[in-house]
Amino acid sequence: MFRPYTIGKPASAETHLYDRLRRFVVLLAVLSFLAACAAPSGPASPAPEQVTTIVNKGSDTMVNLALAWAEAYGAAHPGVRLSVTGGGSGTGLAALINGTVDIANASRTIKAEERTSAEANGIDPTEFIVARDAIAVIVNPNNPVSQLTLPQLAAIYSGRITNWREVGGEDRPIVLLSRETNSGTHVYFLEHVLRLGDTKNKTLFSPDTLLMPSSEGISAEVRQNPNAIGYDGLGYVTDDMKTISVAAQEGGLYVLPTIATVNDKTYPVARDLYMYTHGEPSGAIKDYLDWVLGPEAQKIVADLGFVPAK
Amino acid sequence: MKQNRNWPELIIESLIRATGYSAILFVALILIFLLREGLPALAEVKFADLFSNRWYPIEAHFGLLPLIGGSLIVTLGAALLAVPFGLATAIFIAEIAPRWAREVLKPLVEILGGLPSVVLGFLGMLALAPLIRTTLNTPTGLTAFTGSLLLAGMAVPTLVSVAEDALDAVPKSYRDAALALGATKWQTIWRVTVPAARSGVLTAIMLGIGRAIGETMTVMMVTGNAARLPTTLNSFFLPVRTMTATIAAEMGEVANGSVHYHVLFTIGIVLFLISFVVNLTASAVVFQQRKRAERLLS
Repeated sequence: MFRPYTIGKPASAETHLYDRLRRFVVLLAVLSFLAACAAPSGPASPAPEQVTTIVNKGSDTMVNLALAWAEAYGAAHPGVRLSVTGGGSGTGLAALINGTVDIANASRTIKAEERTSAEANGIDPTEFIVARDAIAVIVNPNNPVSQLTLPQLAAIYSGRITNWREVGGEDRPIVLLSRETNSGTHVYFLEHVLRLGDTKNKTLFSPDTLLMPSSEGISAEVRQNPNAIGYDGLGYVTDDMKTISVAAQEGGLYVLPTIATVNDKTYPVARDLYMYTHGEPSGAIKDYLDWVLGPEAQKIVADLGFVPAK
Repeated sequence: MKQNRNWPELIIESLIRATGYSAILFVALILIFLLREGLPALAEVKFADLFSNRWYPIEAHFGLLPLIGGSLIVTLGAALLAVPFGLATAIFIAEIAPRWAREVLKPLVEILGGLPSVVLGFLGMLALAPLIRTTLNTPTGLTAFTGSLLLAGMAVPTLVSVAEDALDAVPKSYRDAALALGATKWQTIWRVTVPAARSGVLTAIMLGIGRAIGETMTVMMVTGNAARLPTTLNSFFLPVRTMTATIAAEMGEVANGSVHYHVLFTIGIVLFLISFVVNLTASAVVFQQRKRAERLLS
């Protein structure tokens, strides 16, 4: 056994003072952290007589959007309570097929086999496009490169192209920036850019890819580093970065992501976001979906960095 | 004896004993929890896969080597930067600085130690990383070196504070005797005071390194989190991904009970083992030296 070692120091009055001071600073830090964590929660409204609950589950990409909608809708309609959870598009659709949710959120269309098993359960999935999501490719404003093709992007992010010179830029190493693997945007980029939509393709991100824990991490690096390339939702792009025009293939038209190019489907790195219901919705669910497709909810879509569906 | 003992004393004694033993209990419970959640990974993932050099958990690539390498290179760098700097500062404060400077320096250093790590990380990301990229001409400023610098900055206050206490506790008669024998001030410090305070100084180093290896927020923000295996010397100036940052970044979204979840706990076990070995080594060194000192004195 080892004897515990101690550091002897006579406890003088001043050490106590310093210790207290240090503790106080630490306490302050902890308190400010806690204060920052505790999000302001709205006043608990008294429960009305009859509350209709709409259960909404699915895509993690959409969970913040669905929560923001639910919050705004719930504030205006105290008779309706929305319960929103994530879990992924597949989880949401599976729950719809099993009849446990009213609305499933999905960042992809329903698969044929999912539709078949739904019909076997007597469920008729009905699709609504509620928003669109464009992924912008961004570089430093000093980077002369302003357009890339999808195959070039795939080669860059899988590590086959490592110098800007190879895509018409300066002789600089390419620093790859990506969101963490748990981000829906990461998975979309992997499937539709690195693998060009081919499900049999097993290309991975280059091991040199920097995985940033936040959008802010990507923005900060792109702003100051002329070597960097990053991607993020259109809503996260600010004026001090340069957005790359993307062409679907070589010789194709280079398109900048804007609300117009996303809506007319000329920008290639964009997808629709869906809500699925059982049959034509009625009652409270119909009211909610009408509101979601209306101007108030679509403004929330734009505020969160997605592209409005209309 | 027993009859003389009064109740309050008995209660206080047993309370103190209970808190002492509870430390052992808590460590044991943490270990059991880690093993329960982490060991299933060894059955679910092939052993060879755990030692591959690809970490991409969403496609079932669970190679731990890049993460272990990342943590080691960042911690080693931090130790190499923090130990000389921290020790020199502690020696200066304890032995050389005039009394008034000491009164100012010690609390200042300790306040530095209370700085929240996320603040340091933010400073590192926005100020230090661009500076490192332009001065060292690296592709990006988010490197293992940046992480090491910030971790060293966090370890130094702990190291200085504890080491200075230890140096301060060396009896004045030791220094007087050395000076009386004709030793210079430097010889007194290096040959007498520091060796006499050895166990405290070693504790200071261990606490400092302990802070560095367990730190998460700062490294996550400044090391770039690229899971590449650091094999060459210049890896120190390239991005790395540490074990702590991996757990922090991925635990929040992982499905409870999945293979990925179990592997994240396996990383926790590896971290636990590393800090256990570091502490054990430190205790062993101190224990050895104490035995030697006792033999010499007797």
